[in-house]
Amino acid sequence: MTPDKSRIAEQFINAIPHCKALNMKLTHIGDGVAEMKLPYDLRIVGDPETGVVHGGAVSALMDTCCGAAAMSHPSSPSGTATIDLRIDYMRAATPGQAIRTRAECYHITRSVAFVRATALDDDTNAPVATATGAFTVEGL
Amino acid sequence: MARKRPEPVQVVKQRRDAALNALVHGVPYIQFLGIDFERRGDELTATLPFDNKLIGNPILPAIHGGVTAGFLETTAVIGLAWSVLWDDIETGRVDSEELAVGYLPRLPKTIDFTVDYLRSGLPRDAYARARVNRSGRRYASVHVEAWQDQRAVLFAQATGHFLMPRRDDGADG
Repeated sequence: MTPDKSRIAEQFINAIPHCKALNMKLTHIGDGVAEMKLPYDLRIVGDPETGVVHGGAVSALMDTCCGAAAMSHPSSPSGTATIDLRIDYMRAATPGQAIRTRAECYHITRSVAFVRATALDDDTNAPVATATGAFTVEGL
Repeated sequence: MARKRPEPVQVVKQRRDAALNALVHGVPYIQFLGIDFERRGDELTATLPFDNKLIGNPILPAIHGGVTAGFLETTAVIGLAWSVLWDDIETGRVDSEELAVGYLPRLPKTIDFTVDYLRSGLPRDAYARARVNRSGRRYASVHVEAWQDQRAVLFAQATGHFLMPRRDDGADG
C-alpha cells in the first residue's frame, strides 16, 4: 500500500464515530494487515463484579480491524462491508489492560475478502479472542 | 383440591421487572450502548435507540458492525440469563427481594458468537429478540434476530454458544 493510501485509511478509520467513542486507534496498516488498540475503559465493562470488558467492545475492535485489513489489501479497490464475523472467546481480557488486535486478509477474490484476527492483552502468549470473517470487496 | 389464590398482578409484575432490572442495569456496556429491554410476560425485546456514537460508516451512514454484534450478544446473554432466572423466580428458588436490592445473578459467558450481516444498519432504532435453542447445565445455544422498521426484514442475525454459570444447588456442583 502506498504511504498515501495508508494515511487516508488511517484518517478514515480514526474518524469513525463509534471508534472515537471507544478511543480505538489504528496502530499499523498496509498490504492486507491492520493492527488496532482498544484502551481499557470502565464504560465498556461487561461484568461489573470482575471489571472484564464486554465481548461487544471486542467485537467492535475485531470488526474494524478486519475491515481495515480487507481494505488495505493491494487487490482491494476501496471500501468494504462485513458479510459475517465469528468471534471465539478464549479467556477474559485482564481488567485494566488495553486490548490489541492484528488482522490479516489472507485471501481475496473480486467479490470477497477472507480475514482472520487475534486479540491480545499484556499476556501475549495467550490470545483473548480470535476472529474469522468474510468481507465484501466494493468496486471503485 | 384447593387451588392457591393467584397473587395480585402488580406484585407479580413488580417482582419480574425488578429481576430484569437487576440483570440489565448493572452492566456498564449495556448502558454505554443505550440498550434497554421491554417485557411481555417472559418475552423480551431489546431496543437500541439510535445515537451518533453508534455510527461505523459516516458516509452511508450506517451503524457499526461491532455495535450490531454487541447489541445481538447482549440480547443473547440477557435472554439466556432471563430464561434461567424466570424459572428460578417462578419456583421461588431465587429471592426476588434480594434481586431488588441489587444482587446480580452471574451471567453466562460467551464461548463463540457468529454474526450474519444481512443489510446495513440504518441510522434508526433497532430491535432484537433471542431464542434459546438449547439450554443445558453447562452449555447453551442461542439464536438472535435484529430488525429496524419491519419485523420481517432482518438486518442481522447471530448464533452463539455460552457457558452457563455454575449453580450451587445441584448435587453435582
